[in-house]
Amino acid sequence: MAGRIRIRAQKQGEYTEVKALMRHPMETGMRKDAAGEPIPAHFITEVAGKHGEKVVMSAQWGAAVSQNPFLGFRFKGGESGDEVSVSYIDNKGETGSGSTKIR
Amino acid sequence: MTTRKVLIAALAVVVPIASAVADGGVFDEYREMMGDDNPAIFVIEEGEEFWLQELGPKQVSLETCDLGLGPGVVAGAYAQLPRYFADTDQVMDLESRLVHCMVELQGRDPEDVHAKPYSLRGDMGTEIEALAAWIADQSSGVPIAPGQDQPQERAMYDLGEQLFYYRAGPHDFSCATCHGQDGARIRLQALGNLAKHEDAASAYASWPAYRISEGVVRTMGWRMRDCFRQQRLPELIMGSEASVALQMYLAVNAAGAPMSAPGLKR
Repeated sequence: MAGRIRIRAQKQGEYTEVKALMRHPMETGMRKDAAGEPIPAHFITEVAGKHGEKVVMSAQWGAAVSQNPFLGFRFKGGESGDEVSVSYIDNKGETGSGSTKIR
Repeated sequence: MTTRKVLIAALAVVVPIASAVADGGVFDEYREMMGDDNPAIFVIEEGEEFWLQELGPKQVSLETCDLGLGPGVVAGAYAQLPRYFADTDQVMDLESRLVHCMVELQGRDPEDVHAKPYSLRGDMGTEIEALAAWIADQSSGVPIAPGQDQPQERAMYDLGEQLFYYRAGPHDFSCATCHGQDGARIRLQALGNLAKHEDAASAYASWPAYRISEGVVRTMGWRMRDCFRQQRLPELIMGSEASVALQMYLAVNAAGAPMSAPGLKR
Protein backbone atom coordinates (compact mmCIF):
# COMPACT_ATOMS: atom_id res chain seq x y z
CA MET A 1 0.00 0.00 0.00
CA ALA A 2 2.66 2.42 -0.99
CA GLY A 3 1.81 5.85 -2.25
CA ARG A 4 0.53 7.58 0.85
CA ILE A 5 2.22 10.60 2.37
CA ARG A 6 1.06 12.30 5.54
CA ILE A 7 2.15 15.90 5.49
CA ARG A 8 1.94 18.84 7.84
CA ALA A 9 3.19 22.36 7.25
CA GLN A 10 3.38 25.09 9.84
CA LYS A 11 4.45 28.68 9.55
CA GLN A 12 7.23 29.58 12.00
CA GLY A 13 8.35 33.16 11.64
CA GLU A 14 9.78 33.68 8.17
CA TYR A 15 10.04 29.93 7.60
CA THR A 16 7.58 27.16 6.88
CA GLU A 17 8.28 23.90 8.65
CA VAL A 18 7.20 20.81 6.72
CA LYS A 19 6.95 17.31 8.15
CA ALA A 20 6.14 14.37 5.94
CA LEU A 21 5.65 10.71 6.76
CA MET A 22 5.69 8.27 3.86
CA ARG A 23 4.32 4.76 3.60
CA HIS A 24 7.01 2.76 1.83
CA PRO A 25 8.76 -0.61 2.40
CA MET A 26 12.22 0.77 1.44
CA GLU A 27 13.61 -2.67 0.61
CA THR A 28 17.37 -2.54 0.17
CA GLY A 29 17.63 -5.53 -2.16
CA MET A 30 20.11 -7.11 0.23
CA ARG A 31 17.65 -9.10 2.32
CA LYS A 32 16.40 -12.61 1.78
CA ASP A 33 12.95 -13.94 2.53
CA ALA A 34 12.15 -16.96 4.70
CA ALA A 35 12.81 -19.28 1.73
CA GLY A 36 16.25 -17.77 1.13
CA GLU A 37 15.24 -15.93 -2.03
CA PRO A 38 16.51 -12.36 -2.37
CA ILE A 39 13.84 -9.71 -1.84
CA PRO A 40 14.03 -7.29 -4.80
CA ALA A 41 15.12 -3.76 -4.08
CA HIS A 42 12.26 -1.32 -3.73
CA PHE A 43 13.15 2.12 -2.46
CA ILE A 44 12.44 5.78 -3.03
CA THR A 45 14.95 7.44 -5.34
CA GLU A 46 13.74 11.01 -5.57
CA VAL A 47 11.76 13.24 -3.27
CA ALA A 48 10.46 16.69 -4.07
CA GLY A 49 8.86 19.26 -1.81
CA LYS A 50 6.82 22.00 -3.44
CA HIS A 51 5.36 25.29 -2.29
CA GLY A 52 2.57 25.80 -4.77
CA GLU A 53 4.25 24.94 -8.06
CA LYS A 54 7.72 25.94 -6.93
CA VAL A 55 10.14 23.18 -5.93
CA VAL A 56 11.61 24.19 -2.57
CA MET A 57 13.32 20.93 -1.68
CA SER A 58 14.58 18.06 -3.74
CA ALA A 59 16.46 15.01 -2.56
CA GLN A 60 17.96 11.86 -3.96
CA TRP A 61 17.43 8.88 -1.72
CA GLY A 62 18.72 5.35 -1.65
CA ALA A 63 18.41 2.06 0.15
CA ALA A 64 19.85 3.44 3.40
CA VAL A 65 16.68 5.32 4.30
CA SER A 66 14.37 3.53 6.72
CA GLN A 67 11.03 1.89 6.09
CA ASN A 68 8.11 4.35 6.35
CA PRO A 69 10.48 7.34 6.14
CA PHE A 70 9.94 10.54 8.06
CA LEU A 71 11.15 13.72 6.38
CA GLY A 72 11.34 17.18 7.87
CA PHE A 73 12.50 20.33 6.12
CA ARG A 74 11.82 24.05 6.13
CA PHE A 75 11.85 26.73 3.53
CA LYS A 76 11.77 30.50 3.55
CA GLY A 77 8.46 32.07 2.79
CA GLY A 78 5.02 30.59 2.62
CA GLU A 79 1.79 32.05 3.95
CA SER A 80 -1.02 30.45 5.89
CA GLY A 81 -3.34 28.69 3.49
CA ASP A 82 -0.69 28.13 0.80
CA GLU A 83 -0.49 24.64 -0.60
CA VAL A 84 2.58 22.54 0.20
CA SER A 85 3.12 19.12 -1.33
CA VAL A 86 5.65 16.31 -1.13
CA SER A 87 6.01 13.62 -3.74
CA TYR A 88 8.37 10.75 -4.42
CA ILE A 89 9.28 8.35 -7.17
CA ASP A 90 10.85 4.97 -6.42
CA ASN A 91 13.10 2.61 -8.32
CA LYS A 92 10.09 0.76 -9.73
CA GLY A 93 8.68 4.00 -11.09
CA GLU A 94 5.87 4.04 -8.53
CA THR A 95 4.95 7.42 -7.14
CA GLY A 96 3.43 8.77 -3.99
CA SER A 97 2.29 12.19 -2.95
CA GLY A 98 0.53 14.18 -0.31
CA SER A 99 -0.37 17.80 0.14
CA THR A 100 -1.64 20.15 2.79
CA LYS A 101 -2.23 23.81 3.48
CA ILE A 102 0.17 25.79 5.64
CA ARG A 103 -1.18 26.38 9.13
CA MET B 1 60.59 -2.29 21.33
CA THR B 2 57.99 0.25 22.06
CA THR B 3 55.81 -0.12 24.98
CA ARG B 4 52.28 0.24 23.99
CA LYS B 5 50.31 2.29 26.27
CA VAL B 6 46.92 0.98 26.66
CA LEU B 7 44.55 3.67 27.51
CA ILE B 8 41.55 2.52 29.25
CA ALA B 9 38.90 5.07 28.97
CA ALA B 10 36.44 4.71 31.67
CA LEU B 11 33.22 5.90 30.28
CA ALA B 12 31.02 7.28 32.92
CA VAL B 13 27.65 6.64 31.46
CA VAL B 14 25.02 8.26 33.46
CA VAL B 15 21.96 6.15 33.25
CA PRO B 16 18.90 7.74 34.73
CA ILE B 17 17.06 5.46 37.08
CA ALA B 18 14.45 4.01 34.80
CA SER B 19 11.23 5.76 35.38
CA ALA B 20 8.08 3.76 35.68
CA VAL B 21 6.73 5.33 32.54
CA ALA B 22 8.98 4.49 29.68
CA ASP B 23 12.19 3.28 28.14
CA GLY B 24 14.35 5.94 29.76
CA GLY B 25 15.26 9.32 28.34
CA VAL B 26 16.41 8.42 24.85
CA PHE B 27 13.18 7.00 23.52
CA ASP B 28 11.07 9.57 25.29
CA GLU B 29 13.07 12.20 23.41
CA TYR B 30 12.55 10.31 20.18
CA ARG B 31 8.82 10.09 20.78
CA GLU B 32 8.80 13.82 21.49
CA MET B 33 10.52 14.49 18.16
CA MET B 34 8.10 12.33 16.22
CA GLY B 35 5.13 14.00 17.87
CA ASP B 36 1.99 12.97 16.06
CA ASP B 37 3.97 11.42 13.25
CA ASN B 38 3.67 7.84 14.42
CA PRO B 39 3.78 5.69 11.28
CA ALA B 40 1.02 3.67 12.92
CA ILE B 41 -1.42 6.23 11.47
CA PHE B 42 -1.09 4.48 8.12
CA VAL B 43 -1.75 1.13 9.73
CA ILE B 44 -4.80 2.52 11.53
CA GLU B 45 -6.25 3.56 8.16
CA GLU B 46 -5.48 0.15 6.72
CA GLY B 47 -7.14 -1.51 9.71
CA GLU B 48 -10.36 0.38 9.10
CA GLU B 49 -10.24 -0.67 5.45
CA PHE B 50 -9.84 -4.32 6.49
CA TRP B 51 -12.78 -3.97 8.88
CA LEU B 52 -15.02 -2.73 6.04
CA GLN B 53 -13.69 -5.08 3.38
CA GLU B 54 -15.89 -7.97 2.28
CA LEU B 55 -13.73 -11.05 2.70
CA GLY B 56 -13.94 -14.83 2.93
CA PRO B 57 -16.31 -17.30 1.27
CA LYS B 58 -19.32 -15.42 2.65
CA GLN B 59 -18.03 -12.09 1.28
CA VAL B 60 -19.03 -10.06 4.28
CA SER B 61 -17.21 -7.40 6.26
CA LEU B 62 -16.44 -7.51 9.98
CA GLU B 63 -18.91 -4.69 10.59
CA THR B 64 -21.23 -6.93 12.61
CA CYS B 65 -18.40 -8.42 14.68
CA ASP B 66 -19.20 -8.16 18.39
CA LEU B 67 -16.09 -7.11 20.31
CA GLY B 68 -17.99 -7.10 23.59
CA LEU B 69 -20.00 -3.90 23.40
CA GLY B 70 -22.47 -5.19 20.81
CA PRO B 71 -22.25 -6.01 17.11
CA GLY B 72 -20.18 -3.45 15.24
CA VAL B 73 -19.34 -1.29 18.25
CA VAL B 74 -15.63 -0.52 18.04
CA ALA B 75 -15.30 2.69 20.03
CA GLY B 76 -14.05 1.77 23.49
CA ALA B 77 -14.12 -1.96 22.74
CA TYR B 78 -10.40 -2.59 23.09
CA ALA B 79 -10.27 -1.14 26.60
CA GLN B 80 -12.73 -3.73 27.96
CA LEU B 81 -10.82 -6.73 26.64
CA PRO B 82 -10.03 -9.46 27.48
CA ARG B 83 -13.53 -10.41 28.60
CA TYR B 84 -15.92 -13.33 28.73
CA PHE B 85 -18.09 -13.96 25.67
CA ALA B 86 -21.23 -15.99 26.24
CA ASP B 87 -21.51 -17.05 22.57
CA THR B 88 -18.20 -18.92 22.68
CA ASP B 89 -18.20 -19.58 26.44
CA GLN B 90 -14.62 -18.32 26.49
CA VAL B 91 -12.59 -15.44 27.80
CA MET B 92 -11.15 -13.85 24.69
CA ASP B 93 -8.61 -11.20 23.82
CA LEU B 94 -8.88 -9.00 20.75
CA GLU B 95 -6.99 -11.38 18.51
CA SER B 96 -8.97 -14.50 19.40
CA ARG B 97 -12.18 -12.51 19.03
CA LEU B 98 -11.15 -11.26 15.58
CA VAL B 99 -10.30 -14.81 14.54
CA HIS B 100 -13.70 -15.89 15.83
CA CYS B 101 -15.44 -13.22 13.73
CA MET B 102 -13.38 -14.03 10.63
CA VAL B 103 -14.33 -17.70 10.93
CA GLU B 104 -17.96 -17.29 11.99
CA LEU B 105 -18.97 -14.21 10.02
CA GLN B 106 -16.77 -14.40 6.97
CA GLY B 107 -16.57 -18.19 6.80
CA ARG B 108 -12.82 -18.21 6.61
CA ASP B 109 -10.63 -21.23 7.35
CA PRO B 110 -9.28 -20.97 10.93
CA GLU B 111 -5.98 -22.42 9.77
CA ASP B 112 -5.54 -19.70 7.14
CA VAL B 113 -6.41 -17.00 9.62
CA HIS B 114 -3.86 -18.39 12.08
CA ALA B 115 -1.20 -19.05 9.45
CA LYS B 116 0.66 -15.75 9.73
CA PRO B 117 -0.89 -13.45 12.30
CA TYR B 118 2.24 -11.35 12.83
CA SER B 119 4.62 -9.72 10.38
CA LEU B 120 8.11 -10.91 9.85
CA ARG B 121 10.76 -8.21 9.96
CA GLY B 122 10.47 -5.98 6.91
CA ASP B 123 6.85 -6.88 6.14
CA MET B 124 4.32 -4.11 5.73
CA GLY B 125 1.95 -5.55 8.32
CA THR B 126 -0.74 -8.20 8.56
CA GLU B 127 -4.51 -7.97 8.67
CA ILE B 128 -4.61 -8.77 12.40
CA GLU B 129 -2.00 -6.10 13.14
CA ALA B 130 -3.84 -3.48 11.12
CA LEU B 131 -7.19 -4.32 12.68
CA ALA B 132 -5.64 -4.26 16.17
CA ALA B 133 -4.07 -0.85 15.49
CA TRP B 134 -7.37 0.64 14.34
CA ILE B 135 -9.49 -0.97 17.05
CA ALA B 136 -7.05 0.06 19.80
CA ASP B 137 -6.97 3.60 18.41
CA GLN B 138 -10.75 3.66 18.76
CA SER B 139 -10.24 3.21 22.52
CA SER B 140 -7.76 6.04 22.84
CA GLY B 141 -8.29 7.79 26.17
CA VAL B 142 -10.76 5.17 27.39
CA PRO B 143 -9.88 3.71 30.83
CA ILE B 144 -8.67 0.11 30.75
CA ALA B 145 -11.47 -2.03 32.20
CA PRO B 146 -11.12 -5.73 31.39
CA GLY B 147 -13.95 -8.00 32.41
CA GLN B 148 -13.74 -9.23 36.02
CA ASP B 149 -17.41 -9.81 36.84
CA GLN B 150 -17.65 -13.36 35.56
CA PRO B 151 -15.97 -16.25 37.39
CA GLN B 152 -14.31 -17.28 34.12
CA GLU B 153 -12.71 -13.84 33.88
CA ARG B 154 -11.37 -14.01 37.42
CA ALA B 155 -10.07 -17.51 36.80
CA MET B 156 -8.28 -16.18 33.72
CA TYR B 157 -6.62 -13.51 35.84
CA ASP B 158 -5.47 -16.13 38.35
CA LEU B 159 -4.08 -18.28 35.57
CA GLY B 160 -2.27 -15.26 34.15
CA GLU B 161 -0.77 -14.50 37.54
CA GLN B 162 0.41 -18.09 37.88
CA LEU B 163 1.98 -17.98 34.43
CA PHE B 164 3.64 -14.67 35.22
CA TYR B 165 5.54 -16.25 38.10
CA TYR B 166 5.98 -19.71 36.55
CA ARG B 167 9.64 -20.49 35.96
CA ALA B 168 10.38 -22.75 33.02
CA GLY B 169 12.58 -23.34 30.01
CA PRO B 170 16.34 -23.77 29.65
CA HIS B 171 16.97 -20.47 31.45
CA ASP B 172 14.51 -21.21 34.24
CA PHE B 173 12.89 -17.85 33.51
CA SER B 174 9.52 -16.53 34.45
CA CYS B 175 8.01 -13.25 33.27
CA ALA B 176 8.70 -11.98 36.77
CA THR B 177 12.43 -12.67 36.40
CA CYS B 178 12.66 -9.52 34.27
CA HIS B 179 9.38 -7.81 35.08
CA GLY B 180 9.07 -8.36 38.82
CA GLN B 181 11.29 -5.66 40.26
CA ASP B 182 11.40 -1.89 40.30
CA GLY B 183 13.82 0.24 38.30
CA ALA B 184 15.39 -2.60 36.30
CA ARG B 185 16.41 -2.24 32.70
CA ILE B 186 17.88 -4.24 29.86
CA ARG B 187 20.22 -2.27 27.61
CA LEU B 188 18.51 1.13 27.52
CA GLN B 189 14.97 -0.12 27.91
CA ALA B 190 13.24 0.07 31.22
CA LEU B 191 11.82 -3.23 32.39
CA GLY B 192 8.57 -2.34 34.03
CA ASN B 193 7.50 -4.11 37.19
CA LEU B 194 4.35 -5.46 35.63
CA ALA B 195 2.92 -6.69 38.90
CA LYS B 196 2.57 -3.03 39.88
CA HIS B 197 -0.24 -0.80 38.62
CA GLU B 198 1.84 2.14 37.34
CA ASP B 199 4.22 0.02 35.28
CA ALA B 200 1.54 -2.34 34.01
CA ALA B 201 -0.54 0.69 33.03
CA SER B 202 2.17 2.38 31.00
CA ALA B 203 3.00 -0.91 29.28
CA TYR B 204 -0.52 -2.15 28.60
CA ALA B 205 -1.87 1.23 27.49
CA SER B 206 0.80 1.64 24.81
CA TRP B 207 0.26 -1.65 22.94
CA PRO B 208 -0.38 -2.21 20.04
CA ALA B 209 2.62 -0.12 19.08
CA TYR B 210 4.69 0.78 16.06
CA ARG B 211 8.14 -0.74 16.50
CA ILE B 212 10.61 1.56 14.77
CA SER B 213 13.29 -1.13 14.58
CA GLU B 214 10.90 -3.49 12.80
CA GLY B 215 8.82 -1.00 10.83
CA VAL B 216 5.51 -2.62 11.76
CA VAL B 217 2.76 -2.34 14.32
CA ARG B 218 3.03 -5.07 16.95
CA THR B 219 0.11 -6.25 19.05
CA MET B 220 -0.10 -7.14 22.72
CA GLY B 221 -0.44 -10.79 21.68
CA TRP B 222 2.79 -10.51 19.73
CA ARG B 223 4.47 -8.94 22.76
CA MET B 224 3.46 -11.96 24.84
CA ARG B 225 4.68 -14.35 22.18
CA ASP B 226 8.01 -12.56 21.86
CA CYS B 227 8.50 -12.64 25.63
CA PHE B 228 7.99 -16.42 25.44
CA ARG B 229 10.60 -16.59 22.69
CA GLN B 230 13.01 -14.55 24.79
CA GLN B 231 12.46 -16.97 27.66
CA ARG B 232 13.12 -19.86 25.23
CA LEU B 233 9.68 -21.27 25.93
CA PRO B 234 7.63 -23.09 23.29
CA GLU B 235 5.91 -20.79 20.79
CA LEU B 236 2.93 -19.04 22.32
CA ILE B 237 -0.08 -19.49 20.04
CA MET B 238 -2.07 -16.36 19.22
CA GLY B 239 -5.33 -16.29 21.14
CA SER B 240 -4.42 -19.35 23.24
CA GLU B 241 -5.49 -19.63 26.85
CA ALA B 242 -1.96 -18.81 28.01
CA SER B 243 -1.79 -15.71 25.82
CA VAL B 244 -5.22 -14.47 26.92
CA ALA B 245 -4.42 -15.21 30.58
CA LEU B 246 -1.23 -13.15 30.52
CA GLN B 247 -2.98 -10.27 28.80
CA MET B 248 -5.79 -10.47 31.34
CA TYR B 249 -3.24 -10.34 34.18
CA LEU B 250 -1.63 -7.23 32.70
CA ALA B 251 -4.93 -5.58 31.81
CA VAL B 252 -6.32 -6.01 35.32
CA ASN B 253 -3.08 -4.71 36.86
CA ALA B 254 -3.35 -1.74 34.47
CA ALA B 255 -7.08 -1.18 35.01
CA GLY B 256 -8.22 2.42 35.32
CA ALA B 257 -5.42 3.95 33.26
CA PRO B 258 -6.43 5.46 29.91
CA MET B 259 -5.46 3.66 26.68
CA SER B 260 -2.93 5.54 24.53
CA ALA B 261 -2.25 3.02 21.78
CA PRO B 262 -0.91 2.70 19.17
CA GLY B 263 2.31 3.67 20.90
CA LEU B 264 5.73 4.23 19.44
CA LYS B 265 8.53 1.91 20.53
CA ARG B 266 12.22 1.58 19.79
